[in-house]
Amino acid sequence: MAPLDKKADDDKFMDNPFVIPPLECGASLDTDTFKAYPEHNEALGFPGELLDNWKEVAIAKMGELAKRNRAFQVYLDTCVKCGACTDKCQYFLGTADPKNMPVARQDLLRSVYRRYYTFAGKYFPWLVGARDLTKEVLDEWYTYYHQCSQCRRCSVACPYGIDTAEISMAAREILDSVGVGQKYCNEIIAKLKKTGNNLGLNPKALAATLEDLEEDLEDETGVAVKIPLDVKGADILLITPSADFFAEPHIDGLLGYAKVFHSAGVSWTLSSYASEAANFGMFIGSYENMREVSWRIRQAAKDLGVKRIIFGECGHAWRVAYSFLNTLAGPFDFLDQNYPIPQHILEFTLDEIESGRLKIDKSRNDEFVMTYHDSCNVARGSAMGDKEGGQFDVPRAVIKAVCNNFHDMERDTIRENTFCCGGGGGLLTDDLMDLRIKGAKPRMTALKQVSDNHGVNKMAAICAICKTQFAKVMPKYGFEMDTIMSVHQLVANAVILDGQESDEAEEPTAEETP
Amino acid sequence: MISTVYAVLFYVATVLLIVGTGMKVLKYARTPILLKIPVSPAPRTKRGVVLRMLREVLFFESLFKSNKWIWIFAYLFHYGMALVLLRHLRYFTDPVWWWVALIQPFGILAGFAMFAGLGGLMARRIFQPRIRYISNPSDYLMLALLMLIVFSGYSMKFLAHTDIIALKAYMLGLMRFQIGDLPTTLPLLVHLASVATLMIIFPISKLMHAPGLFFAPSRTMVDNARDKRFVSKWARNLPPLPEGIPTSEEG
Ligand code: SF4
Ligand code: SF4
Repeated sequence: MAPLDKKADDDKFMDNPFVIPPLECGASLDTDTFKAYPEHNEALGFPGELLDNWKEVAIAKMGELAKRNRAFQVYLDTCVKCGACTDKCQYFLGTADPKNMPVARQDLLRSVYRRYYTFAGKYFPWLVGARDLTKEVLDEWYTYYHQCSQCRRCSVACPYGIDTAEISMAAREILDSVGVGQKYCNEIIAKLKKTGNNLGLNPKALAATLEDLEEDLEDETGVAVKIPLDVKGADILLITPSADFFAEPHIDGLLGYAKVFHSAGVSWTLSSYASEAANFGMFIGSYENMREVSWRIRQAAKDLGVKRIIFGECGHAWRVAYSFLNTLAGPFDFLDQNYPIPQHILEFTLDEIESGRLKIDKSRNDEFVMTYHDSCNVARGSAMGDKEGGQFDVPRAVIKAVCNNFHDMERDTIRENTFCCGGGGGLLTDDLMDLRIKGAKPRMTALKQVSDNHGVNKMAAICAICKTQFAKVMPKYGFEMDTIMSVHQLVANAVILDGQESDEAEEPTAEETP
Repeated sequence: MISTVYAVLFYVATVLLIVGTGMKVLKYARTPILLKIPVSPAPRTKRGVVLRMLREVLFFESLFKSNKWIWIFAYLFHYGMALVLLRHLRYFTDPVWWWVALIQPFGILAGFAMFAGLGGLMARRIFQPRIRYISNPSDYLMLALLMLIVFSGYSMKFLAHTDIIALKAYMLGLMRFQIGDLPTTLPLLVHLASVATLMIIFPISKLMHAPGLFFAPSRTMVDNARDKRFVSKWARNLPPLPEGIPTSEEG
């Protein structure tokens, strides 16, 4: 049980995850993400380039959103500037830029809203900090609304529940509507509309990839575990982030789902038409795009004639699935109503574990001392199981069922107060690497604490974005990149399949590791 | 003359407060919520939501968890003010309700709590760099106005005694649309004018946080998206999307 490998010097970290930096105005002003090309904007139904009359369009859009969306309207009106949220954002803690304080981030837009839509702002702008919409303001929006991962950590802190994520989504929608899109998000949505997934992977390539993975599984276990694609009449449609097909440690999670389904003896399939759980429509605040992306899942489920839909490990995808799918692509009256629609893979796995159908050898994970990172969208935008807070307890129950060593991180950095990994909300792009590293600082500090105090050497997560972000950012903090694991990777390690040829299968012993 | 000016002022302020706030509340209520967006963990039942909101209103639960200093000052101020307001009912009721009579001494103390809370909030706004950064002139003025209200109120009691009996007669008269004689001591005039100002700006300022709290989807929505399909008014008019997979799509 070696503690984490810490090559880096300690001043990369904070003294504790909550240390508030002195304000440094403009510290993060030059951190800009690439803008989308015209073809990406147009594929999403937005103008390709900045409109000539962008100002009028933006102001009109703002009014339209306030009329259409109660959250946006109420949150713009009710902030009392109490300051309770000011120290809650990981990007503020990491960059020290005051415009990354949640209320200041909201104010970038609120100040303009007040100018054009409120009595006080129209007649006494200086009194209430109202300002005209100018090109500089638009640029500032682009910069700072792309330094918010829409994680909602600030909303938990606010006495009025003001959710900066909603403001941030609206701001991005306004930007898109005048022709200023972000390359990363818009390019990905455009790709998905063409191919069914964020990677732009066509069905043939996907099939070949899955075959390779099946071979790996058979080599490892000696059992023919299948990863079916486009099987009509299967019971379960698995919707999983496309990173599960390619990236590490995501793939190990996918192998875990396959083993669980195999053991459970259910028939399941992936779909090449809806080969993506992620839905970046949420990040850009576009109801229409989010709906279109979600709709593919309905189409695939109907086309394949499945009875259930299960989602793989992905944070914002689970928020869209759990909270929005029924709204956007329902009603799902053609599915089996005896199961939650949709269900999370962890809910499925926990059922299998608790019913004793899954054979587990916990000792196979004995080299790991685990901790768990609650992904922001799962923690604050969704739920699992049928008890309040299930989204915290179900993953932990699964980890503890397959692992002997587990320690939680500092209480105010987990569960409903979890920090974002630093790469959520459409920020998982190399052009924002500096911001991603800084935004991960509180989490990395909390991890270092449990590593120092409890010898924790691995952190599990159930979000494709978290996993990619941590694999990239952890080395900057001196952790090995494989310190981040999929929860189903742990499950995969510990599950013993029927007919699996290995010593451990017959006589599980603590010394041996697979 | 002054009696009439203040009578008009109070009628106008009352109408603006009620109509303005009512219109805003109606606007909030009529604006659709697009999606299920409670901040979780959220209650799975309506009852749970009522309890969640009660905890927010009675204890300022979220604020308590997120910032103890702001919580102490805000709590002192708001609940101090609540008691003070209830105490003031005695100027508008005749005979005075028994429980209003009962809380009179507490109401006096509560005024101090209110002032202390306001002072704490003001100090934070001035001296805490993060809060100073997000403050506009109106944020300071709002606190100053409230402090002026408390200060002028106490002045009547401790500095320049005001004829309370005459004041009460004037107020009861106003309620029956009769304009009597208002005692014209300076603290009273300041007190009443600042209260009227507060009433007038209520619907067009951040004071709307009070009713707004009950319209925040993050706190007021039930977490039951999987069990009960939620569709907003706005989304019902969207054009339908095609069922079935278009064949040209593949590849
Ligand atoms: S939603 Fe998250 S990232 Fe955005 S301002 Fe709030 S805490 Fe920061
Ligand atoms: S906690 Fe809420 S009310 Fe207070 S400053 Fe932040 S957003 Fe505004």
